[in-house]
Amino acid sequence: MTDTTLSTGPASPDGLHTGDAAKMRLRARYAAEARFKWLGAGAVALAGFFLLLLLSTIVTKALPAFQQHYVMLEVDLSADKIDPADPRAANFLGLVHDGLGNEFPQVSGRQERRLLRGLVSTGAGVVLREEIEADPAMLGGTHRIAVPLDDFADLYLKGLLAKSGPSQRIADVRVSGAGDEVALGFADDAIMAMARGAGAVEGEGGGLRLTSGSQSFLLRIAGGTVKITELSSREAGGAVGKGTVLELLERSVETPADATLRTIETAEADRKITDREIVWLDRLAGAGKIENRWNTLFFFTGASREPELAGIWGAVVGSALTMVVTLALSFPIGVAAAIYLEEFATRNRLTNLIEVNINNLAAVPSIVFGLLGLAVFLNWFSLPRSAPLVGGMVLALMTLPTIIIAARAALRAVPPSIREAALGIGASKVQTVFHHVLPLAMPGIMTGTIIGMAQALGETAPLLMIGMVAFIVDIPGGFTDAATVLPVQIFMWADFPEPAFQQKTSAAILILLGFLVIMNAIAVVLRKRFERRW
Amino acid sequence: MVNYLVLLMVALAVAAYFVGRSRAVASVGGEVSRLHSLPGQHGLFLAMIAAGPALLAVLIWRIATPGIEDSIVQARFAAELAEFGVPQLQAFLRDARAIAFGGIVSFPDETKEAAAVVFRSLHQTSIGLITALALILAAGGSLFGYSRIAPAYRARHVVERVVKWFLILCSMIAILTTIGIVLSLIFESILFFSEIPIFNFLFGLHWSPQSAFTGAGGEVGDVNTEIFGAVPLLAGTLLITFIAMLIAAPVGLMAAIYLSDYATQRVRAVAKPVLEILAGIPTVVYGFFAALTVAPFFRGVGESIGLDVASESALAAGVVMGIMIIPFVSSLSDDVINAVPQSLRDGSAGLGATRSETIRRVVLPAALPGIVSALLLAVSRAVGETMIVVMAAGLAANLTFNPLEAVTTVTVQIVTLLVGDQEFDSAKTRAAFALGLLLFVITLALNVIALRVVQKYREQYD
Repeated sequence: MTDTTLSTGPASPDGLHTGDAAKMRLRARYAAEARFKWLGAGAVALAGFFLLLLLSTIVTKALPAFQQHYVMLEVDLSADKIDPADPRAANFLGLVHDGLGNEFPQVSGRQERRLLRGLVSTGAGVVLREEIEADPAMLGGTHRIAVPLDDFADLYLKGLLAKSGPSQRIADVRVSGAGDEVALGFADDAIMAMARGAGAVEGEGGGLRLTSGSQSFLLRIAGGTVKITELSSREAGGAVGKGTVLELLERSVETPADATLRTIETAEADRKITDREIVWLDRLAGAGKIENRWNTLFFFTGASREPELAGIWGAVVGSALTMVVTLALSFPIGVAAAIYLEEFATRNRLTNLIEVNINNLAAVPSIVFGLLGLAVFLNWFSLPRSAPLVGGMVLALMTLPTIIIAARAALRAVPPSIREAALGIGASKVQTVFHHVLPLAMPGIMTGTIIGMAQALGETAPLLMIGMVAFIVDIPGGFTDAATVLPVQIFMWADFPEPAFQQKTSAAILILLGFLVIMNAIAVVLRKRFERRW
Repeated sequence: MVNYLVLLMVALAVAAYFVGRSRAVASVGGEVSRLHSLPGQHGLFLAMIAAGPALLAVLIWRIATPGIEDSIVQARFAAELAEFGVPQLQAFLRDARAIAFGGIVSFPDETKEAAAVVFRSLHQTSIGLITALALILAAGGSLFGYSRIAPAYRARHVVERVVKWFLILCSMIAILTTIGIVLSLIFESILFFSEIPIFNFLFGLHWSPQSAFTGAGGEVGDVNTEIFGAVPLLAGTLLITFIAMLIAAPVGLMAAIYLSDYATQRVRAVAKPVLEILAGIPTVVYGFFAALTVAPFFRGVGESIGLDVASESALAAGVVMGIMIIPFVSSLSDDVINAVPQSLRDGSAGLGATRSETIRRVVLPAALPGIVSALLLAVSRAVGETMIVVMAAGLAANLTFNPLEAVTTVTVQIVTLLVGDQEFDSAKTRAAFALGLLLFVITLALNVIALRVVQKYREQYD
């Protein structure tokens, strides 16, 4: 029987399991198998890709926020500027502005001076005041003081606001005329082609106009800067043009001289910083008066509407206070509930109800807890709005199911022999649980608690409901002070229109993620270190 | 003042513990074995009875007094407050309290100053009363407890009974929370539905509560009952949830299958933490990512192929929400797939099926109830998710199923209606509670169905 099938097998090419059709089927099945496997691997890879994309976006956005540019200014602190008897009454911001004005003596006119003053942060006065308060000996002389730059100036220096093109040398440039508008002469008309490439507008008679919609051509010559506005080629060769003086030339250029052409590729209309400000900043940077420092303001100040002054410390303190309340409430209550349900409760209708409730609460949307907090804690108990106390209470109710479920699992993992041994030598039920079972379950309970706290730390929605979204400048000092927390701060900053806040938001996210990583790492270590197999 | 009282009580408890201990030891002349309960238990007993009632009294006083003080002040200034609506009344009391106890006063006036004086004197009296009461309770408790300590006294039984009741009380908090949620939602919703017919709310097609007319003086005037129709919000929620599940269900499920049936130990050691990190990232971070990276990306792609994509498109919010839910789906279905007994897989392999055929024809059908339940839980999660949609979805209620347009969701509207310093008594703010109730009911129903599916259709293999 078997012999015959074996012998006929290879001979007939269209056997059920060996024929060409069967081979095709088998190949198709294997192909389907490979496809399925790759689909699965693709799904995992896709999740990994999403994570990588998310993290890399945030990290690249965040890094600039950890640095801040400062400008070093000579500030006159003599007695006629600051009254030594009452230094606090002085106009500190005015002193900083005077110091900046001294760097650019040629800047005149109301509008131009205002533009110049805008380069330093409006908080520069506070920085100066704090520095003087820290070292009153400074009063009476002229001192070199570092003050933070405005957010737009800072972003420009970080290269995030305008794209600079390459600088190139141009030989034999003539500048004639005086005042704001000057005439320019170029030895060859290569600059015409460059201007065309830079989006210059064709004017009448073959001329070119560089407008605010095209790239900016800034010509550095004779210690000054001229912005090219018009160009046209000459029949005799070369080109002529007109320009606006952005920075006074130190000497007149009667004989042709070498110049440097600096292009700003982002059109002036598309950026939040003018050519004039760029020239000033370049001048300050060229003179070594700008320093890029580690952004201590960001870490150690409270919130502010000014991006360069906005800090994370207020939110970190608020988060810490909120977490203290959450932990103080949810840990003992959660552990106690778990002990009751796991060690004491007999199965009856009440304990069933409690269990169903705990499982349901774990799945209730977090915003509903916020509504509960608003209706019960704020409106009924009239507890203070925006306070870490209330935030902590709401988050405690939210984390309670997580802690109870984790604590029950940890208690269940303790073998009954431990309990029986304790009971056998005469311990009471309560003593057995508190002296023997609970200590053994503690590592597991701690792990669950830390994970629950990490969830609570990242939670935003319920805190919006109880008013923790208010704009709070002061660092909270107690559990009933108005405060905000890290995730809510992130939410608020993400909404601000200033581009510098995008970096601040990302940096705040990095700090939040840092805390979460630390908490989860502790949980993992606890689990690894103290996990016991019975 | 009261804080010092509490500190005093805590100190008293600590002292009572040691006193109780040493008295118990002294009562048997150092022969501890003659005691019924351990010395420490006598100490705990004395500490509990000395400080417990006083602390409880302070707690109750803390919760009850603000309301009592408010009603006394209201009664005393009834004439001045007669014409006030609820919001003005609240503002009045808030300001008077701020004048009396320090704080930011928005509009000081003479009546408020007078009320502040009343507040201050009331507060003085009540602090005096509670201090006296607490001291009496503490003294009485200490003396009573001290007199009870004796070799035969069953201190352990008392202490353990108290501990057990404390444990029961703690586990009741879960029930209390549920009751609190349900009551607060229902209470505000009933007020809302007394103004807006429930039919208009559930089936109305138009949602624009910002245009609700509220009369001057706080009392609600002619509220346009046609502008509280929740259908566009539900449709928006449904659309975003649908997009999210379109991403999360296949990716999460395939990832779970791959990790449980294909991946080597090393791949799993990398992939599991990746999914866990994805699950641990706060939703506000996803929201920022959606609003700043994904939405402009979709907009740019749409522009390049000639489509008009809204900058707050449902697509962006939905996709990011899907990414957020992937780990949720995968970890839940991973458990379910792992629970399918190996013998089923072996049997299928023995019949000559490839691994993918085993999974598709044997494992998945066996795990189906669990997978369906996992997907339902994921839907419930997506419906209740707030921050991603608040940051990346729109505010205007469009009744559309076009994923390229901006839609709004139930959670977004709850946040918009309640964030900001609004008086807590218009149809607008109550609408938020009605929406909250709707959300609670929907998610609860999804969870219950998910549970039922598992219970009803689960196969028992062992």
